[in-house]
Amino acid sequence: MGLFILRRTGVMLLTALCLTFIVFFMTNLYPNLEKLAKSEGDMRMDDQAVQSWLDKNGYLQPLPVSYAQWLGVLPGWTRETEGGVTGRCFKGTKSPEEAAQEPRFCGIIQGDFGYSTVSNTDVNDVIWKRLALTGKLMFWVLVVMVPSSLIIGVLAGMREGSRLDRSLSTVSILTTATPEYVSGVVFIAVFTSSAVGLKWFNGSAKSAMDEATLNNFLLPVLTIALYGMGYIARMTRASMTEVMTAQYIRTARLKGVSFGNIVLKHALRNALIAPFTVILLQVPWLLNGVVIVEALFSYQGFGSLLVSAAGNNDIEMLLAVSVVSVFVVLITQLLSDIGYVYLNPRIRIS
Amino acid sequence: MEPLGFLEIVLRILWQLMPVWIALVVLFVVSITYKRKLGLYGRLFDSPIGMIGFGLVMFWVFAGIFGAMDLIVTHDALSQISGMKNKVPGTPLRAPEEGQYAWYLLGGDNLARDVFSRLIKGAWIVVQIAPLATLFAFMVGITLGLPAGYFGGRLDTFLSFLANLILAFPVILLFYLLVTPEIVDTGVPAYMAIVLFVFPVIFIGVLLNSRYHTQPKVRTPLLIGVLGVALWLYLSLVSNGGWLIDTDQLRLPGLPRFLDLFDVPANILVVFVSVVFVNSPTVFRIVRGLTMDIKTRDYVAAAQTRGEGPWYIMLWEILPNARGPLIVDFCLRIGYTTILLGTLGFFGLGLQSESPDWGSTINEGRKLLSIYLHPALPPALALLSLVLGLNLLADGLREESLKD
Repeated sequence: MGLFILRRTGVMLLTALCLTFIVFFMTNLYPNLEKLAKSEGDMRMDDQAVQSWLDKNGYLQPLPVSYAQWLGVLPGWTRETEGGVTGRCFKGTKSPEEAAQEPRFCGIIQGDFGYSTVSNTDVNDVIWKRLALTGKLMFWVLVVMVPSSLIIGVLAGMREGSRLDRSLSTVSILTTATPEYVSGVVFIAVFTSSAVGLKWFNGSAKSAMDEATLNNFLLPVLTIALYGMGYIARMTRASMTEVMTAQYIRTARLKGVSFGNIVLKHALRNALIAPFTVILLQVPWLLNGVVIVEALFSYQGFGSLLVSAAGNNDIEMLLAVSVVSVFVVLITQLLSDIGYVYLNPRIRIS
Repeated sequence: MEPLGFLEIVLRILWQLMPVWIALVVLFVVSITYKRKLGLYGRLFDSPIGMIGFGLVMFWVFAGIFGAMDLIVTHDALSQISGMKNKVPGTPLRAPEEGQYAWYLLGGDNLARDVFSRLIKGAWIVVQIAPLATLFAFMVGITLGLPAGYFGGRLDTFLSFLANLILAFPVILLFYLLVTPEIVDTGVPAYMAIVLFVFPVIFIGVLLNSRYHTQPKVRTPLLIGVLGVALWLYLSLVSNGGWLIDTDQLRLPGLPRFLDLFDVPANILVVFVSVVFVNSPTVFRIVRGLTMDIKTRDYVAAAQTRGEGPWYIMLWEILPNARGPLIVDFCLRIGYTTILLGTLGFFGLGLQSESPDWGSTINEGRKLLSIYLHPALPPALALLSLVLGLNLLADGLREESLKD
């Protein structure tokens, strides 16, 4: 077990390295840098000026070198000019003595995510606040989605082919066919617009960032939860129907155990192993939904940060967002692998 | 002229859709009559769920095709008519010209364009791109998944690692990285198109070669003919205006213009490439899993004993026996691709902003959603019904293919 976790973690770190390198490469392609130089310096810069601006700010180093600096395994660049020293690890121009005081390494390993050129703040100041906001959204999504989808799945799967099974399965197919931008639009149209006139909920979740209430937070949560729900419910149903045909369930039935007891005490535990991994693997997909829902309900969390960073060519911010989301995905994958082995006695003991 | 009432709008829309109804009725009557002779497709008509799903899917397919032939649409999807901005469904035109349809059946959007016509034109975009992109993703997934599952070992480890790499990428981030004008300028999507679209050519080549390599007299002309056409199509697809790659750093000459059969607009190609790229690792994993399962069967051992080559076994023994789950997944995946296309449109990535595809239209319409519902709701419901149809169809197919 220990060796397994170790190996999985190693693969995870390798994956993370490859992925961050790809993102680094894509965001630091020359047209992006050119756009950055023009927006930071002067819109009317000619090619020569762009080149010298980029060179002055350390963007023209070979890709592996600048990647290593960004990662924090190589010391950040410094450059001596007439007025003093400029460098990656500090802002502005400093005298050589002052520059020597600054840390030599400044990459994400040191916890330095860089500087956002659009909002003129450290990325660190923004990103964790936004992540916490999205964490709040995700938490409520999971609170709504997991129990309801498990209940739907178990109810549908305990008597395969019954009318209850048919109708619940149709519901879960319907929810998997409804992407967030469809259900969100329908919810907003029906429950918040003045055209229908119900106006039960708030169409914008802006106020939910400070204080989440049922009024302003239910619709965004429901929108994300619905899309993931059908899939988990179908997985649970499949695993439940398989368990319900097993020999030991028949034995229990023949011994005269009541149907309720069979479902709750005998079948449920085995039936929940497969959905567990599915739930964890859904988290990366939730990220997708979060971006859509945050745009739709103007909730300024991590997803809207991604959209604005990508739209405004905010390179360091986009890199930080990608690192965080890639790690969220990889850690959930690792947890689901470990959890699957741990929950399944057949694998755990052998 | 008077605005139309609700019932009249519905009746007029149903009447506009007449070619679709006729095509659907013909298709269903023919299919049900001959269903015993049509294999899995015919058995679909035994399951009510499958039939409903198939009906929904074919409704949008026919709507798209006839819409492209300008049969159903009432107005031009891109042109604006003055005085129709944000008008509710059933509003008559202010001054209809001779031969112009006198109403906006589903109202006008915020640029005074006809919502109904845009809906139908949008169906054509989805119906064109989604199945084709899914097909390409399947070609890539199958061509790589079969050897990974069959040979195992280093190759499998390497390819699985690559697939997991792509799968660990949040889809939306990938889209934002790939589908921006700056990235298009660097030619990265063009490189990806060159790599991804070569897989179908390889697939067809290996498929035919492994079957006929014992009969060189049949094989050689067949391969030259088929691969020639396939390569021509491939080069037409990836070369644009006479160039394969056209950036400042590097220019690769492609097919000369007079041989180029069709030019795919650069933005559509990027959308296509990224959708294929996102879908293929999942297909790879499914094919790999199926191959690992099927290669232990007796008929594979029999083929090995006969001395068949590995590619023959993969493509002519294993692949046909994996077709059931693959067909089901194909239907589901078209639905998923439709959702992805909608997501791209929703964020205004790739497709032009005036493009009538459903995602862009939803994005346009949501800005005024609290006052006007009619521009955003029809495309949203259309997308929902198409994906629902595909999921039901997949469910019906799964049920029927499990019966034997």
